[in-house]
Amino acid sequence: MKLLFERSRPGRGSTLLPACDVPAVDFDQSLLRAQAPRLPEISEIDLGRHYTQLAKQTHGVNDGFYPLGSCTMKYNPRVNEEAASLPGFTQVHPLQPQETVQGALEVLHTAQQLLCEITGMDGMSFQPAAGAHGEYTGLLLIRKYHQSKGDTARTKIIVPDSAHGTNPASATMAGFKVVSVPSNDMGGVDLEALRKAVGPDTAGLMLTNPNTVGLFDANILEITQIVHDAGGLCYYDGANLNAVMGHVRPGDMGFDCVHLNLHKTFATPHGGGGPGSGPVGCKAMLEPFLPAPRVKEAGGVYSLYTPDQTMGQVRSFYGNFLVVVKALTYLITLGKEGIPEASAGAVLNANYLMKKLMGHYDMAYNTLCMHEFVMTLQGLAHDSGVTAMDVAKRLLDFGIHPPTMYFPLIVHEALMVEPTETESPETLNEAAQAFLEILAEAKDDPESLHHAPHHCPIGRPDEVTAARDPILRYNFEA
Amino acid sequence: MSNIPAELKYSKSHEWIKEEDGVFTIGLTDYAQSALGDIVFINLPEEEDSVTAGESFSDVESVKAVSDVFSPVTGTVTAVNEELLDNPALVNEAPYEAWLIKVSQVTDSEELLDADAYAAVVAAEEA
Repeated sequence: MKLLFERSRPGRGSTLLPACDVPAVDFDQSLLRAQAPRLPEISEIDLGRHYTQLAKQTHGVNDGFYPLGSCTMKYNPRVNEEAASLPGFTQVHPLQPQETVQGALEVLHTAQQLLCEITGMDGMSFQPAAGAHGEYTGLLLIRKYHQSKGDTARTKIIVPDSAHGTNPASATMAGFKVVSVPSNDMGGVDLEALRKAVGPDTAGLMLTNPNTVGLFDANILEITQIVHDAGGLCYYDGANLNAVMGHVRPGDMGFDCVHLNLHKTFATPHGGGGPGSGPVGCKAMLEPFLPAPRVKEAGGVYSLYTPDQTMGQVRSFYGNFLVVVKALTYLITLGKEGIPEASAGAVLNANYLMKKLMGHYDMAYNTLCMHEFVMTLQGLAHDSGVTAMDVAKRLLDFGIHPPTMYFPLIVHEALMVEPTETESPETLNEAAQAFLEILAEAKDDPESLHHAPHHCPIGRPDEVTAARDPILRYNFEA
Repeated sequence: MSNIPAELKYSKSHEWIKEEDGVFTIGLTDYAQSALGDIVFINLPEEEDSVTAGESFSDVESVKAVSDVFSPVTGTVTAVNEELLDNPALVNEAPYEAWLIKVSQVTDSEELLDADAYAAVVAAEEA
């Protein structure tokens, strides 16, 4: 299909900006660019068609089942969008006087209170713009804490080998050295290995629970105790909170700080849409170091303040504010009964689908799962040559987004399936049927699966060339 | 079956090691490159960096995932195969020629496996 630049014709297009309704200001002419930027000039209808055409080539939650493991692709209720489009939230400026944006400040304050209740934390910052940014901010909290006690020897962060790749990456970005600890045969933390890994150089541990194979680590209290006894802090990666929200709190498991993914667990859009929001919560002893500004309330009046020992800002202003509005709408819609019901539904749906596939596909762990489960297609690949990639691609023909592939790394030929609570039994039954049909095809006609999908606008893009030799800008001279 | 040259030593984490006059050349095994799939990016240390046995010194990115590469020895990096930065596919094409780093002043080493012992490790992973 044609690119916007290829559709561009000089002088065509609509006016981008509204008429100026504030006094014009003179500024230094040296700041002007010498020539106008070469933006595409396109009529509104052609632009609309371009994006509609792109949309038709993709698969979103609105197109069909989207069991992308570890991503919690739950339905994002329309009412969230409605709340976030209220003019009181959209027509405000971040620098406007605080007394004129009391409602916006109240949103941040209330969302903080509710999410602290769910996580068992004492304070929260909404500045981080997404999950990995939250991890980074949480790690800076840990560093500030040790520094404030004059302890500069704590330079290492312990990360299990089943962790999300962002964990070691964030720890490295924050200036720590990463120590990887092996998993036990249930994908949990190997306690002996952890005991050996901790010491006076341990700054902290990063963990998801349930872990990346969808199992709740029952040793969690012992794990956090081992780290605390060594003088380290425990960081909870909220990636899998959808399995336990309203039932178990990270704060009660012994974690000192957490990040949440509002765009996963709290039903705001992500996956090419977004933007995300990765708030960081912490226990009281870490609160003085949280990013500024924070919101406080006194006598019904909300105001912004800067904590004494703040790490500063990790993003401009107040983070992705409208995402917080959407998440708060979700929290209020579900209420304190609905939140635990949602996570219970997520766990039920995952177990239902796993049970339907068990005996046909090999499960990496033959036990009850939490909100997601991991299959290993190593046996199938060995016997038929059909890989996890082939099965994932073929699912697209059934109108199903592929599960997460080849993750976690500790499972070979992995497919990681997370249905979420917002799918009906009918959808899960249809998905199970699709998986079983593909398995039959793998036995009868493995060759055809290597070329799947057969009915999608895009088949198998050349991922290798795209990664090795990406073309990131339009070449006007070509 | 993956290619496991008899004259090299191996680590359990799928690195090959060739020792010549105190210089340890380290690369990824044929099994590792085949399990990773098409490699699109390699992150390498710099000369004079120190590496520690059992700790990561590099990461390789394939279209499937990013994976750590672990050093089988403790020592100082004396050479880096910079050709791989521009052409990581060399590891897929000729894993035993596309070395990653050379390490000298080696003070410690993991238990290194011979070809037979490493073949058993690979067989166990494939089982």
